[in-house]
Amino acid sequence: MVEDTDMQEEIHAEDTLEQVAARMAAARLHQRIEASEIMANLDIDSRAAQLGIDWSQVNLDSIHLPPGENFGIESDDEGVYHDDQLEFDTGFGNIIVVDNLPVVEKTKFAKLENVLKKIYNQLGVIKENGLWMPVDLDTGVTLGYCFIEFNTPQEAQNAKEKTHGYKLDKSHIFAVNMFDDFDRLMNVKEEWEAPQTKPYVPGENLQKWLTDEKARDQLVIRSGPDTEVLWNDPRQKNTEPVHKRPYWTESYVQWSPLGTYLVTLHKQGAAVWGGADTFTRLMRYQHNMVKLVDFSPGEKYLVTYHSQEPSNPRDASKVEIKVFDVRTGRMMRDFKGSADEFSIGGPGGVAGASWPVFRWGGGKDDKYFAKLSKNTISVYETETFGLIDKKSMKVDNVVDMCWSPTDSIISLFVPEQGGGNQPAKVALVQIPSKVELRQKNLFSVNDCKMYWQSSGEYLAVKVDRYTKTKKSTYSGFELFRIKERDIPIEVLELDNKNDKIIAFAWEPKGHRFAVIHGDQPRPDVSFYTMKTTQHGGRVTKLGTLKAKQANALFWSPTGKYIILAGLKNFNGQLEFFNVDEMETMATTEHFMATDIEWDPTGRYVATAVTSVHEMENGFTVWSFNGKLLYRVLKDHFFQLAWRPRPPSFLSPEKEEEIAKNLKKYSKKYELEDQDVSLLLSEQDREKRRALKEEWERWVMQWKSLHEEEKLERQNLRDGEISDEEEDDEEAREVKEVEFEDVIDVTEEIVQE
Amino acid sequence: MRPILMKGHERPLTFLRYNRDGDMLFSCAKDHTPTLWYADNGERHGTFRGHNGAVWCCDVSRDSLRLITGSADQTAKLWDVKTGQQLFSFKFGSPARSVDFSLGDKLAVITTDPFMERTSAIHVKRIAEDPEDQVSESVLVLESPNGRKRINRAVWGPLNQTIVSGGEDTVLRIWDAETGKLLKESDAEVGHKNTITSLTKAADDSHFITGSLDKTAKLWDMRTLTLLKTYVSGVPVNAVSMSPLLDHVVLGGGQDASAVTTTDHRAGKFEAKFYDKILQEEIGGIKGHFGPINALAFNPDGKSFSSGGEDGYVRLHHFDSDYFNIRI
Repeated sequence: MVEDTDMQEEIHAEDTLEQVAARMAAARLHQRIEASEIMANLDIDSRAAQLGIDWSQVNLDSIHLPPGENFGIESDDEGVYHDDQLEFDTGFGNIIVVDNLPVVEKTKFAKLENVLKKIYNQLGVIKENGLWMPVDLDTGVTLGYCFIEFNTPQEAQNAKEKTHGYKLDKSHIFAVNMFDDFDRLMNVKEEWEAPQTKPYVPGENLQKWLTDEKARDQLVIRSGPDTEVLWNDPRQKNTEPVHKRPYWTESYVQWSPLGTYLVTLHKQGAAVWGGADTFTRLMRYQHNMVKLVDFSPGEKYLVTYHSQEPSNPRDASKVEIKVFDVRTGRMMRDFKGSADEFSIGGPGGVAGASWPVFRWGGGKDDKYFAKLSKNTISVYETETFGLIDKKSMKVDNVVDMCWSPTDSIISLFVPEQGGGNQPAKVALVQIPSKVELRQKNLFSVNDCKMYWQSSGEYLAVKVDRYTKTKKSTYSGFELFRIKERDIPIEVLELDNKNDKIIAFAWEPKGHRFAVIHGDQPRPDVSFYTMKTTQHGGRVTKLGTLKAKQANALFWSPTGKYIILAGLKNFNGQLEFFNVDEMETMATTEHFMATDIEWDPTGRYVATAVTSVHEMENGFTVWSFNGKLLYRVLKDHFFQLAWRPRPPSFLSPEKEEEIAKNLKKYSKKYELEDQDVSLLLSEQDREKRRALKEEWERWVMQWKSLHEEEKLERQNLRDGEISDEEEDDEEAREVKEVEFEDVIDVTEEIVQE
Repeated sequence: MRPILMKGHERPLTFLRYNRDGDMLFSCAKDHTPTLWYADNGERHGTFRGHNGAVWCCDVSRDSLRLITGSADQTAKLWDVKTGQQLFSFKFGSPARSVDFSLGDKLAVITTDPFMERTSAIHVKRIAEDPEDQVSESVLVLESPNGRKRINRAVWGPLNQTIVSGGEDTVLRIWDAETGKLLKESDAEVGHKNTITSLTKAADDSHFITGSLDKTAKLWDMRTLTLLKTYVSGVPVNAVSMSPLLDHVVLGGGQDASAVTTTDHRAGKFEAKFYDKILQEEIGGIKGHFGPINALAFNPDGKSFSSGGEDGYVRLHHFDSDYFNIRI
């Protein structure tokens, strides 16, 4: 530490701390270079020859250096150690500067030093000669500050934090700074400058797609390596590209629930894309090997999921789930554990947990999310990302739970226990109070499935019950009216109790539901309503369609229209049905269709054949009433998803008013439609004309070449006078006359 | 009009060929006997017996007197059409995949498959006027640059100056028929992305159409190898043909035969699809086969066409008058 004191002398001589720092660094560097030069110059062999030592005679292991002596040669190990030390030192991270000390004369210097040592020895180990208090050279009076060097930067940091503002006495309040901070602090301007207000740079309008002049909707498709975002342009009977990127995602893509973001999955994690015109990356979320993602309904949070297959097949797979804030990209909470903790052995329990593990509740506020696990339901709140009341809800043997789509109400199902001694039950629980609002016990139940209506007004529970013999089951419904007083429950049984229920679907935002029931391959479809004028609050059947080739139901997002679809075994039968009028609008087929998706406005429907089939991959867009608009063929077609729209800002009254005066509003658009279709046919004609012209040019060229080569051809045929060739044109004309005759003949036959 | 179903083969059809006058139709199939039919009413005229393997391809001379066939029995044979007698047999060490007579019928181009250690090759044989003088030596042998890939079809270019070939390596090549030099290759960017299964040229040798398993057919200029048109089918294309009368092309194919039984019969799309040659738009389709279509041929008068399928049937279609008035 001799050098250190030397340096301190220098510090004393110079005034600016900057220069001090530079000098100190330079001095140390010099030292290191010297050391390395010694090493480099050491040519062992030449030295040995000089000294007349035969290396082969020397047993190196027998040589022991006196302890503490290295003859000026550093061992390799020491070098490494030393390097670390040097890095430590050059940082000056372990030095603090204490200001506002009392200015004392030489006589009191030692006393002050002792006081300071006392204070700072409590907070860390001061290095030997680590305290340095400069004095005025002429008078020997201290300058009112000192440097203290600790053993570690941590101690220095700690000392700074603890003693900054320490009151030695009334007029001496310590101001402590890190030595490293001085550069920065020296640069602080003497006069206070008003912070410049940065000009506001507006962020991109993430919802610009909603302002499309033609009010079109976007969709994303994946085919082969490409992911494309397209406008659906039904007027042009085609799509218009927005953004295309090969290898955009490594597994799939997903829109956020309000359509603001498109999320892509990668090895390193997930990323969201969006923006005004092109899709730029807005945020990344680091999660290695992410497999699944899920947004909260208000798109504030993104849940990512990763599961790792266990090395031992008997173990459960490892699961890691992270919850991110979508906008800031901050991880709010992560959950780790074995797959058992995240599932209850239900569907999907084999490879990992059933997705989504966390179900978001409470509508668009993203306030709560819940997890179902064995005998418990854990409800978390997003304010603290902790459990509500710091504990999970205990519900023995619970197997299923659903949130109301709008309110913070959970519906849960507990199956029968003790061989039927304890009945199954369906209960509604209010969150966060955890009060049970309503419950119903059900007997001889095999299974239950819960369906919430989209505005949270009704809950339908499909109950499969055993028949008396327990050999087979039959189904019925329990219908809860959530918004009415005391939540009345109704029981609905199908006309034919033994019918199997194939599909069930609520009308979005409406009061009707559709059920496919009966036996394959020609089941019946029935429609029911929860509201009728005659019956008051009774569920009533609207009608039944007999023997339909359907196994799936797709309501328009605005209600009223529904598609009865026969997917898979039915090869893509589609029936577009108007439930208001109870009439079929169109029956058609998209052969082998695997997926059906309504656009968010309910104006168009896309049906797709994905690559589960080898052929005819691609999608078809239909109008809401079943008119085919256009087809797009894409090989290796994987996915199609419409971009969702956020809910409308119009009040229900306003919407109704628009619906009433639709004629007035639609006039403008009809004219536009007409213009477009005129323009389109004009463009089409133009295109065709160009193609024809181009073709004519080729044909002319071929003809002239053919003519030129005529003689050569004859020669190749041994000079055979190819009369037919010369008369080609004539022959063709003759032939054409011939077939006109044929036409006449057939017409006569038809007349007979 | 109702098609005429010609049931003469017991195995899948492989090739169909009309003679120049349009009154005879030759069919080849995986059974060993090429068959001659009356192109008008579909009656069988006779068979050519002698091959001992699937017959892949045939061609008939301009005067309709000679027939040449290529077969998996590693021979190509010359036949007397009148008598059905075999005139000569070219022997190869591997199956003969395609045959084509030159203009003037003095030369024939024969392609052979890669087999054992042999690579695929294109052979040019001189065809003697008198079968007595026929020799089996090749005038020219072209080795394909991608020897382990099959050449599915090779035909003569204009004035016998070039040979155009296409096959499993998806590249179309133009060769000098004199020197055997490779003159041109199709652009990989615009060319087929999968095996080229078929190649049919226009009557005046000015352009030709290729079908491919990449589910498209493409129209090319025969001299410059310029891509003119692409027809998108949605199913693998096994056979292509062009109407000599109207600007129509017809594509045949369908799901691979091995996958057929697993799905609905409509799934295979075993249609002969008609396209507007210029606008590249689909006009219509003719269903009927219950297996993929392997062969298509237009009658030189353009008023009838026939299709041959994996199902072993040849379907002969005479067009209704409506066909000639199609407007799109």
